[in-house]
Amino acid sequence: MFLLPVFFIAAGVLFSASPAHAMHISEGILPAGWAALWSVAALPFLAWGVWKVKLEARENIELKPLLGVTAAAVFIISCMPVPVPTAGTCSHPCGTAISAILLGPAMSILTAAAALLIQAMFMAHGGLTTWGANIMSMGVAGSLAGYTVFKLLRRSGAGLGASAFAAGVIADWGTYAATAFELASSISGTDPVLPLFAKIAAAFVPTQLPLGILEGFMTAGMVKMLANRRPDILVRFGMIAPKEVAI
Amino acid sequence: MRFFIIMAMLSLLAAFASPVFADDGKWAGVDEAVVEKISAEHGREASEPLINTDKGDLLLFVFLLGGAAGGFAGGYYWRTLTERKPGTTG
Repeated sequence: MFLLPVFFIAAGVLFSASPAHAMHISEGILPAGWAALWSVAALPFLAWGVWKVKLEARENIELKPLLGVTAAAVFIISCMPVPVPTAGTCSHPCGTAISAILLGPAMSILTAAAALLIQAMFMAHGGLTTWGANIMSMGVAGSLAGYTVFKLLRRSGAGLGASAFAAGVIADWGTYAATAFELASSISGTDPVLPLFAKIAAAFVPTQLPLGILEGFMTAGMVKMLANRRPDILVRFGMIAPKEVAI
Repeated sequence: MRFFIIMAMLSLLAAFASPVFADDGKWAGVDEAVVEKISAEHGREASEPLINTDKGDLLLFVFLLGGAAGGFAGGYYWRTLTERKPGTTG
């Protein structure tokens, strides 16, 4: 267990040794009207996240370190370049399934927004005008997709690891599907949106198909590790039932 | 749990070993290969970021700094979280 902090630091340094750009929509790609629309759409989700953090912080002393771990994980994972040999391109997982499972979707959206803002401001990664669109894809779509899949599978009796794995896969693919939709709807002009969406989504497939599976393993590993060390936290946040662990 | 960690690490190892066999010019990010390429086809080009750190090795330095800071914060809070006994304060 002492090796884990070392692993975090090593992963942070090693994986960020070269810049990764993937689902982040760069500055200037979206027309101003669409950029504004996605930003306005993201605002209620950010407000939901802030409200949830304030609410949980009053009742739960574990929130601060859990928020710290997940925010750091989302930040590192979402700028971690992973070369995909089958595609010959690089992309990155998103980490939002981990935060959605451990914190719930509202706070997960907030951590994604914070990571995206830092990346847009200082790392030439995404953009300030496209921040809202990137929040909607990585934060909102990724978190809600991952959280929903995790909850549905848990309710149907699936194991913790398997549910977290599926949540990681779907959160990743959901993020890239949302990016494809945002891009298609914003730049298609007078052309129909659906064919362009299909074209962009299909172009993501060779890279994101294997990376989604990697994200599934990462999510399951992180959730299982925390479940083994501090199952009471998962119970408190409603991720596992009290009867599943002897606290 | 070990299974998932080992599988994730093996996947990463395989992915990171793969650049050794890559041709020059490969391993562009999918934003370049997909997002910016298709956007350009529709008349939308990426513009310079507000604070442009994509100059020479400056971007590598910024990513290294971000990775180190994120890694430190993640490790520190993980230790805080896992060493705290359930129900205790502080």
